[in-house]
Amino acid sequence: MSSLSNLQRLESESIHILREVAASFERPVLMYSIGKDSSVLLHLAMKAFHPAKPPFPLLHVDTTWKFKEMIAFRDERVRELGLDLIVHVNEDGLRRGISPIKSGATVHTDVMKTEALKQALSLHKIDCAIGGARRDEEKSRAKERVMSFRDVNHGWNPRRQRPELWNLYNCRVNPGESVRAFPLSNWTEIDVWNYIRAESIPVVPLYFAAERPVVERDGQLIMADDERLEIKPGETVRTEKVRFRTLGCYPLTAAVRSDAADIDAVIAETRAATNSERQGRIIDFDQAASMEKKKREGYF
Amino acid sequence: MADTADSADKGLLRFLTCGSVDDGKSTLIGRLLSDAHLIHDDQVMTLKDDSKRFGTVKGGIDFALLVDGLEAEREQGITIDVAYRYFQTEKRGFIVADTPGHEQYTRNMVTGASTASLAVILVDARKGILTQTRRHTFIAHLLGIRHVLLCVNKMDLVGFAEDTFREIETGYLQFTDNLDFESVTAVPVSALNGDNVTGKSAQIPWFNGKCVLDFLETVQVDAGKDRTGARLPVQWVCRPDGDFRGFAGTVAGAILKPGDAVRIEPDGAETHIQAIENEGEKLDEAVPGQAVMVTLADHVDVARGDVIRHAESAMQTADQVQAHVVWMSENPMIPGRQYHLKLASAAARASITDLKYAININTLEHVAAKTLELNDVAVCNLSFDRRVAFDAYKDCPETGAFILIDRETNETVGAGMIDFALRRALNLTKQKLSLDKEMRAEALGQKPAVLWFTGLSGAGKSTVANIVDQKLRLAGRHTYMLDGDNVRHGLNRDLGFTDADRVENIRRIAEVAKLFVDAGMIVLVSAISPFRSDRDMARDLLQPGEFFEIHIDASLATCEARDPKGLYARARKGEIANFTGISSPYEPPAKPELRIDADTTAPEAAADLVLALLARD
Repeated sequence: MSSLSNLQRLESESIHILREVAASFERPVLMYSIGKDSSVLLHLAMKAFHPAKPPFPLLHVDTTWKFKEMIAFRDERVRELGLDLIVHVNEDGLRRGISPIKSGATVHTDVMKTEALKQALSLHKIDCAIGGARRDEEKSRAKERVMSFRDVNHGWNPRRQRPELWNLYNCRVNPGESVRAFPLSNWTEIDVWNYIRAESIPVVPLYFAAERPVVERDGQLIMADDERLEIKPGETVRTEKVRFRTLGCYPLTAAVRSDAADIDAVIAETRAATNSERQGRIIDFDQAASMEKKKREGYF
Repeated sequence: MADTADSADKGLLRFLTCGSVDDGKSTLIGRLLSDAHLIHDDQVMTLKDDSKRFGTVKGGIDFALLVDGLEAEREQGITIDVAYRYFQTEKRGFIVADTPGHEQYTRNMVTGASTASLAVILVDARKGILTQTRRHTFIAHLLGIRHVLLCVNKMDLVGFAEDTFREIETGYLQFTDNLDFESVTAVPVSALNGDNVTGKSAQIPWFNGKCVLDFLETVQVDAGKDRTGARLPVQWVCRPDGDFRGFAGTVAGAILKPGDAVRIEPDGAETHIQAIENEGEKLDEAVPGQAVMVTLADHVDVARGDVIRHAESAMQTADQVQAHVVWMSENPMIPGRQYHLKLASAAARASITDLKYAININTLEHVAAKTLELNDVAVCNLSFDRRVAFDAYKDCPETGAFILIDRETNETVGAGMIDFALRRALNLTKQKLSLDKEMRAEALGQKPAVLWFTGLSGAGKSTVANIVDQKLRLAGRHTYMLDGDNVRHGLNRDLGFTDADRVENIRRIAEVAKLFVDAGMIVLVSAISPFRSDRDMARDLLQPGEFFEIHIDASLATCEARDPKGLYARARKGEIANFTGISSPYEPPAKPELRIDADTTAPEAAADLVLALLARD
């Protein structure tokens, strides 16, 4: 019997999960964060329901600190595909002047991402939020379920997770409770890139090396994406050939020096990489178990 | 999908590792990842740091910490959940389910095994085959894993002695001889030092087989499948416009092709596959595991939960099955209680009607059981509330596996593997009656109903029910009273007060009440009936609108002060076990048709509220 390749297996599994979500929940939403994993997720959702459109809207939790190119890319994709997009900003956090520069990475992420996400889920009465997180990203993610239950306060209890067997996903929740669904759970970073290449999926150009204005700060290269990034005494904005392995809020996302200007070069570089992709995420550095803490509190 | 990328051509192997903490399971995985250069530098940095803080390897890197993710596990030095690890080599992609070995984590191992096609079982060369080795092997077998790699670890501690290895290998092959594995392979290793992990060890020249990684990269696990024809459990019906009608699902069992004759289960309509599509691209075939959208040649009724299957390869359809069940919840399984069932994409209600025997997973002996506790494995008969299509798990796991979900908490409480359909219900044809329920009710000139009085002992259920009964009789209604205490003197005198017996008590009362409703009567049931799920079961037996749940809600203090039968006093003294409100829980109704505050409402007034409820209907 002919069998499926690694990527075909992963694709089928993800499509299966997306269809279970669509069939089982009343108000699902696809968390669209504009990064490469979201791009793959969106592509899979388009496939899963073709010729129909995905039967759920996209949700982008906008911290207002995303790279300009990300927002332009987002709007372009949504227009092309003819999908519904909900953009949610924590207006209260904005009024309080929360920013990644003044408030620090932890507070900013907590208020503008975690809190904002909870607001959006409650506001729109979402019973399932589909996300692009992968188990290979981080150790506490390695144990998270594909259908990951959240209590009425959006909290995650790693010690009381529902057993998840075969491909029989338990999609039942009581009112106010919800599920975070992770169709890409079993994908690795290299799978994501291989799939993007095989399927010619559009991604934000920031993933490819180009000359960009950066400052070096605490050993990390931060892109001067707009005037809000204050240049401190002794710092200079230089133009360097850089790219990003992961995308988030620009002051919190470090660039890497790279010549990988196309997908083949990015894949070659990822293969040879000696650091994991989340190293560019400044918020993850506190301590090894910090992701588990954040997730218990409702972070994606 | 275009398979241009080199790594996209590779297959994927999902395997499970099992063994106790001390066997070096996590160390083996850590070593595999590390020696295959699959660990990033920043991960090694964190690992070195963690090894100093939590590590158990003096002065060295503790590879187990790579795998043990959650904080609690790192602190306790054990693996309590299933962790999934991913790595790729030039030849294959791998998904490793790393599961704990202790008996109290059987459910985690079962979870990891459910998606694996190979089991790596570790034993300590110094200890040989232990009870736990047999347990792990049995669970792998139970979940249908057909290939085993036995890693005889810590060979360095027995001086790499061939005799020791051969003795363990021979003993293990004997043990697995009557469990139908397709392949069982043993390899001597030292995970700590890396012997025979990613390369052949110079310390073990007498071993001619493959090292662990080499074996994992080359073992064939797909051969020998194809025990059934193709099945497509329908997940989602796609109707974007009037023209297109597609059925989405993941193929199982065998290859499905356009033109294949198919039958729709469980209803039995027959047609052909018109086309198989993936994003509009027409496919020549779909292989097992592939998610597709199919269209059918004829317009037949198909909904989520149905199965499109090869016409020449029959499936079983039944509402009763025998299955192996693994219990996964701290709340015990009680025969007769209803659960949600999920089987492929089908949903139903299910209850375990007969617990035939539990299996001691250490000795494989059959033992009698009345309930199932966490981690128990048993052979059971189950009854569904509708006919469901399925295959035996050993023939097609995708259409033979199910989960059971608690109806209150929505937790996944059980996992099952179907052995076969029970034909009993089919042989027992229902006698066709010439008088039906409506005719009987009409003859009595009333609408039949069940008034179900629930509440604590001493709340006044029977008192109120008696008054209602008398008033209905005066109004010319035909009634019957089923009092919990009285029924226990006759029909239910074989039952005690354990949770299991309470469930059976209520099930029998509910069935009897249903018979009276069939006879056109108004039945008053007065029973503590402490469990919500049991009252829901009673409700489900009846037609909508026939069941009235009446909560006689008195506080425990009030009931205890009244104590008409002196039971509370005895319960407080410990003379009565499992007494509701004292040593056994009462679950109040969430949405009763009527709640009467019995602390402030006199019985006469309460009875009038019940009559008003009936009159309103």
